[in-house]
Amino acid sequence: MSITIRVNGKDRQLDVDPEMPLLWALRDVLGLTGTKYGCGEALCGACTVHLNDHVVRSCVTPVSRAANAEVVTIEGLSPDGNHPLQKAWVELGVPQCGFCQAGQLMTAAALLKKHPRPSDEQIDQSMAGNLCRCGTYTRIREAIKKAAGVGQ
Amino acid sequence: MSVFPVMLIRSGALVTLLIATASGRSRETPVLPAVSNNQLHAVADFAAIADSKERSAALFVEASRVLLHPRCANCHPDGDVPAQGMQMIPHQPPVTRGPEGRGVVGMECTGCHQDRNLVHARVPGAPDWHLAPREMAWVGKSPRQICEQIKDPKRNGGKSLAQIVEHNAHDKALVGWGWSPGNDREPAPGNQEQFGAIVAAWVESGAECPSQEVRR
Repeated sequence: MSITIRVNGKDRQLDVDPEMPLLWALRDVLGLTGTKYGCGEALCGACTVHLNDHVVRSCVTPVSRAANAEVVTIEGLSPDGNHPLQKAWVELGVPQCGFCQAGQLMTAAALLKKHPRPSDEQIDQSMAGNLCRCGTYTRIREAIKKAAGVGQ
Repeated sequence: MSVFPVMLIRSGALVTLLIATASGRSRETPVLPAVSNNQLHAVADFAAIADSKERSAALFVEASRVLLHPRCANCHPDGDVPAQGMQMIPHQPPVTRGPEGRGVVGMECTGCHQDRNLVHARVPGAPDWHLAPREMAWVGKSPRQICEQIKDPKRNGGKSLAQIVEHNAHDKALVGWGWSPGNDREPAPGNQEQFGAIVAAWVESGAECPSQEVRR
């Protein structure tokens, strides 16, 4: 089945099973490997992408749901890595192993788009589903605040 | 000696009339056939209750076996966090209802829950997956409290009783999901057709609420 998805601003034609998880389509078909496979059950957030400006777990999202929709992955968050969050991430050295960080950044980016100056509670509630086995949570929170220009 | 029933109680699947007698002693008289926990009584079974108000209240108690089943009550929480599983543990990942019962940015219900159950990932789903509004909380409430709020348009989404019947009998999305939860999840008792008939019979018989002491 042919499905058209706009990924990071470009229309992509996919000839795949409509039940294929969006994550598979992004990584294995389109070669966008920045989005990671973590748990496969929507429990960890490593596979987080934006679908029509909403945060979704691509490991459990059938690719058919993205038909004729706009998908943004970590590769499309900014043209050259200059999103305020990406800059704050670098400045604060947020990642340790880094595996979860693409998902963390995509959720944080959605948070700042809706709440440009988020409270601690808003950060905690929105980021609660993105797990980090290295425990970089405090640096993630600080980087979000730095990018938002609040609470330094 | 006069005999007058004072309340309906459930013990397991058996509904009994608790009878208070003039002697001051009470006794329980079974009035409905026993059914297993995953079944509902048929509406016709309630004809055994002669008093129309008690019959109506008993029908609601039967309906409350569905309403308070974890498949339904997990998303009618008393608070901002839904529950999951038959043990009704807090939802994981930790989510909160947000301004419209659909989660907060980054943790919206439909970020994970699709319009159908996902067998392999075991994520339950149905169209427009979301939490019931706070005023429709069922967890921790008695059947009477739920009955009163379901009849109150200020706490039932502005629905008439006819619309309540329609919603419960024919909403195949979130209501219907209670009987089609996917994977090995235990469905709500009976089926939606039986449940709809019970709710309709409750409304037709006056939509009486059980006494506060009654539990499902």
